[in-house]
Amino acid sequence: MREVVLFFLIVVAGTGGELCVSRAMKSIGEVHDFSPKSVLSFVLQSLRLPWMWLGIALMSLGFFSLLAILSFQEVSFVVPVSALSYAAGAFGAKAFLGERINGNRWIGIAVVCIGVTIVWWSRK
Amino acid sequence: MPLVLVSIILGPLGNVFLGKAMKGIGPVTSARILDLVPIASRVLASGYIWLGIACLLGFFIVHMLLLTWADYSYVQPATSLSYLSISVLSYLLLGEILSPLRWLGVTVICLGVFLVGRTSPSTTGAPSRA
Repeated sequence: MREVVLFFLIVVAGTGGELCVSRAMKSIGEVHDFSPKSVLSFVLQSLRLPWMWLGIALMSLGFFSLLAILSFQEVSFVVPVSALSYAAGAFGAKAFLGERINGNRWIGIAVVCIGVTIVWWSRK
Repeated sequence: MPLVLVSIILGPLGNVFLGKAMKGIGPVTSARILDLVPIASRVLASGYIWLGIACLLGFFIVHMLLLTWADYSYVQPATSLSYLSISVLSYLLLGEILSPLRWLGVTVICLGVFLVGRTSPSTTGAPSRA
């Protein structure tokens, strides 16, 4: 049960955080100039966006949950199971960012989920 | 190509070090803030944690560098191999014994991630320039 809660936080908070950061980035627009001055102004601009901070908070929660689960579960179990983020990312991107997910990508995500199920069965 | 290899090794290596650090701390079983404070201070004092974070930062930078010249639809399927490298590294560096079932699951995940990455990186209607 403890593992399920932590995996939920790793996958949902981690992916949710990335979606928030992605939303913040999209609102700034594409970056074409990579000079140190414009990169710095880009970073400062992003730090003024609430979506950015929400994203950072959620990604931190995901990272601390990863550390917590690694304290009692094997790395070779935890990392493959957290590949479920691909599924969460696809659903989130569709619902939250309005991205279209094509058939091939859904097939890939389904295969990832089958793999995660098999790794879950190998839990000690 | 060498950069892809570096990213496939560096990211998983970071996770292996995080795992090693956290195993040294012992099971974190409480979610109470008061119990988590002393654990957090021990985590921050662990050398392996910082080594892990350094590897993950290095991975992040290499990944960004790769994406400046390589197509996302090339980088992402290539990094699907990191699920195999994490298994090999946990076996070699942490002595974790992986059952055939786990190897099978990891291989299927690699295949799935490979398939996810082979699709177009931009799906919101804007013409893809990757």
